Amino acid sequence: MNSGSGGYPRVGVLLSRVRVEEKLLLAELESRRVETKIIDDRELVLPVERKPDLGVDVILERCIQHGTALYALAVLDTWGVPTVNRYEVAEICGNKLLTTMRLIRDSVPSPRTRVAFTPESALTAIEELGYPVVLKPLIGSWGRLISKVNDREAAEAIVEHKDVLGSYLHSIYYVQEYVPKPGRDIRAFVVGDEAICAIYRYSDHWITNTARGGRAENCPVTPQLGELCVRAARAVGGGVVAIDVLEGPEGLLVNEVNYTMEFRNSIDTTGVNIPAKIVDYVLEVARAAR
Amino acid sequence: MPKCPECDADVTVGSDAVKGEIVSCPDCGAELEVKETAPAALALAPEAEEDWGE
Repeated sequence: MNSGSGGYPRVGVLLSRVRVEEKLLLAELESRRVETKIIDDRELVLPVERKPDLGVDVILERCIQHGTALYALAVLDTWGVPTVNRYEVAEICGNKLLTTMRLIRDSVPSPRTRVAFTPESALTAIEELGYPVVLKPLIGSWGRLISKVNDREAAEAIVEHKDVLGSYLHSIYYVQEYVPKPGRDIRAFVVGDEAICAIYRYSDHWITNTARGGRAENCPVTPQLGELCVRAARAVGGGVVAIDVLEGPEGLLVNEVNYTMEFRNSIDTTGVNIPAKIVDYVLEVARAAR
Repeated sequence: MPKCPECDADVTVGSDAVKGEIVSCPDCGAELEVKETAPAALALAPEAEEDWGE
């Protein structure tokens, strides 16, 4: 392995936009004098028939676009370039159905879910679960295009809209039971084998994403929450992930797992230096690949 | 000082700005991407697409 200054591995940060999170990660790398190369995914050309020489020892993937991340990681992974996260993790976490199937495989509790492939069978799935239900696009983030469906008329309208207006992926109907929440949900951050911190996301709206205005407060990582989140992280392949957890009437349920997590609202809230934990992990991955 | 490509307002870009960072125009609110830092140059940031996110 090549080494940068101070014996540190050289880190490539694959990104599209420099959001607050990327600035914090770059600042953390700079504070440790880690040789860092910013790789703009809009300018990237990857040779696929040979190992890409990006001049770094490990790639920290921070693309904003799931498709870009997924296929860049596919090439890098095939050629044995160490990445955080790995291709498998992006593939699973980027797709809500694949995530659900991994959670079920590993007996991680999650909301009851149905998948259907036609508008008619989607309505059957919705009525089987019972109102209200939540319809989600398989791929998407920030709470966009997620619908809470309260009755048959709304279900028919949304299913028709998805069928007529959506791309083919919107005709894969992912239907989930609506889990009543106490005005909040939990987002926990897992790095490697540790749940490093968590926040409550409060909102008067049923969608609690902080990207949609949810308010963050510290959530203590109890042994139960920590163990659940580490199991969820392992189920999707591990690495640096954010676990969305619902406090259902019968216990905690893992709702989603995010693989290019945003954490700007969670550092001061939790008192945990999340970018430092991520950088520690990235350097560990590079060293392990020696 | 660079101008907003949408409304021509002056936009302050911090000395710690990096290429690819997003800033907002104080006048029209447009999201702008820092394309160059020395001297600072701005362009309209791309619109969010369906698979953008975490």
